[in-house]
Amino acid sequence: MDYIQDKEEIMKNKDYLDELEAEAIYILREVAGQFDRPALLFSGGKDSICLVHLALKAFRPGKFPFPLVHVDTGHNFEEAITYRDNLAKQLDEKLIVRYVTDTIKAKKLQDGKGKFPSRNGLQTYTLLDVIEEFEFDACIGGARRDEEKARAKERIFSVRDEFGQWDPKMQRPELWNIYNGKVNKGENVRVFPISNWTELDVWNYIKREKIELPSIYFTHERECILTENGQLMNTNEFVTIEEKDVVVKKKVRYRTVGDMTCTAAVESEAYTVDDIIKELKEAKISERGATRMDDRVSEAAMEDRKKGGYF
Amino acid sequence: MDLLRFFTAGNVDDGKSTLIGRLLYDSNSISTDIIETLTRQSKTTGTNTEIDLALLTDGLRAEREQGITIDVAYKYFSTDKRKFIIADTPGHIQYTRNMFTGASNANLAIILVDARNGITDQTKRHSIISAILGMPHVLVCINKMDLVDYSEEKYKQIESDYLTFAKQLNLKDISFIPASALAGDNVVTKSDKMSWYKGKPLLEFLETIEIVEAKQTDVSRFQVQYVIRPQTDDLHDYRGFAGRVVSGSYQKGQKVTVLPSGIETTIDKIEVNQQEVELAETNTPVVLHLKDDVDISRGNSIVPTEHLPKTEKEVTATICWMDNAAYIPGQKILLQQNSFRTKAVVKEVISKIDIHSFTQLESDGAMKLNDICKVLIKTAEPISFDSYADNRNSGSFILINENTNNTIAAGTID
Repeated sequence: MDYIQDKEEIMKNKDYLDELEAEAIYILREVAGQFDRPALLFSGGKDSICLVHLALKAFRPGKFPFPLVHVDTGHNFEEAITYRDNLAKQLDEKLIVRYVTDTIKAKKLQDGKGKFPSRNGLQTYTLLDVIEEFEFDACIGGARRDEEKARAKERIFSVRDEFGQWDPKMQRPELWNIYNGKVNKGENVRVFPISNWTELDVWNYIKREKIELPSIYFTHERECILTENGQLMNTNEFVTIEEKDVVVKKKVRYRTVGDMTCTAAVESEAYTVDDIIKELKEAKISERGATRMDDRVSEAAMEDRKKGGYF
Repeated sequence: MDLLRFFTAGNVDDGKSTLIGRLLYDSNSISTDIIETLTRQSKTTGTNTEIDLALLTDGLRAEREQGITIDVAYKYFSTDKRKFIIADTPGHIQYTRNMFTGASNANLAIILVDARNGITDQTKRHSIISAILGMPHVLVCINKMDLVDYSEEKYKQIESDYLTFAKQLNLKDISFIPASALAGDNVVTKSDKMSWYKGKPLLEFLETIEIVEAKQTDVSRFQVQYVIRPQTDDLHDYRGFAGRVVSGSYQKGQKVTVLPSGIETTIDKIEVNQQEVELAETNTPVVLHLKDDVDISRGNSIVPTEHLPKTEKEVTATICWMDNAAYIPGQKILLQQNSFRTKAVVKEVISKIDIHSFTQLESDGAMKLNDICKVLIKTAEPISFDSYADNRNSGSFILINENTNNTIAAGTID
């Protein structure tokens, strides 16, 4: 009887973040146990930073059983790159960086054009190349199902064929906590340990675990172009500023850390993690909708990119 | 704040996606840009409402074109009381495997019934699958009450029909709610058109139901996922067994047995995030250290010596065949139970379960997509297990085709 009462007490104090964390650590350890050459795709964004934090909990005092891999588009925010390099050094973990700029040269690809030249499609080439170069059989990513409709249907262990393609109609059923990561040579599995987390969960976790983030997540003053549909695009060397452009100085922050050319800033007064959580609870615009120009192209934009080998 | 995982099942036209859309929409879980997109889409493909709420969950292009749900979609929302994870599973017959998938992690099933049609074959199938997977709570949502003039009589009839049918299933906790997802009756707010219904609206029901973790005995179970061996100068002898406390709890000094080897030893140290703890509860990711230097690898179980699971090379189980290719007698397969994997073979298809009556039919030895059969499986390595009825984790497994690598079946051990 005493035991059951204790248990009730425990259930009462149970935090759903513990459950999400336990699930993610379990998945990371499954990757370590099932694959010969896994990798953790690290972007310097908050989701992959959480993955690294979870990996520490899963594997320390041992080393990570995988390197951190970053596909650098050349359009990244400096703050994210600095953060990435410092983190790898501080943790003494292996970091592999491959550059989209190199892929463009080597494969004679057409670089992104237009006012806000995107390398979003191009980074798929670099990603597939780095997977081939190191023969990675599993790539851990920070994608979440709440981000986008196609992701809502993707498995936690998502099998890609040798061309990196995702076939939504041929997904393996995924039951209980049993993950089937068996693949043939040349194929790989994309693994998403924080699939079941929402943007707010990630921030609550960052708060609870006191995880440090690149400064661009917090409000700062920045020069931006105010686009016709109301988005704030950072002015930088890759963006063509025209005379008709409305250039403004605003207090902004970034909700996602993508490329400088296709990630919009949001006006904000959030200087701390607490401010951000408060802001999110009141926010009316979803994460990708607020900040991603690339998903607005068509209803099925993400689905198409994933089928083509994208994260 | 805690977490409730539930899944929804219903016929193609029972309004399942609309119900989920309504839950998300009326609980303010949908952002304005998504509503804008929906309004735009509703104009081109949508049905008769202003915003077609079903479009919220129909994520892939093929689904939008055909107006059906083809795979499990996960949706998230939270209120002040709880965080919810919804697995939205398609109802039509060819996707029973997806329902199995969505249901396997859920603690509550919402089974939708069209008030005009009452209990159908699909209702029965969804309930039987819930029974096989040991669902702790079943909620029968009688939808489209607006189309039967909110008739109490109709509702009572369906309720009584369902209870009669469900008697044989041994479902534990069955509740009923009359609703109209389209009109919003009894979804988030209580309907003023059904004053005869004294219960809670759906959202309040979900917020307040006391969650019983599915089939969890207090017997302690742990499986090794990964062995941590830093092999550095200062941690030369460190050898920790990383895994999750599957059920029960583990404590320092506890007498344990390693399976399948059967070697007895004692827990020397338990670490959680590199901190030493005395006791680790269910679901905690831990690193266990043992007193003796025992040969242990991934997939081995470390269990209390006084409560051993069965360790055998043969198991009888109920499996759902999930592969497009039918079972070939004698075909070599892999069995995976959490982190344990072994070669195996289906030795006998004992019987086939009729998914509409829950009776066991004589088997002709064949198994094809969506069949649910009782089988005898022989494994190459001994498997340590509990009955699924006692433990959802140590009593479940999947079967993998060694050639295609596909997950071809999911099973619960008798």
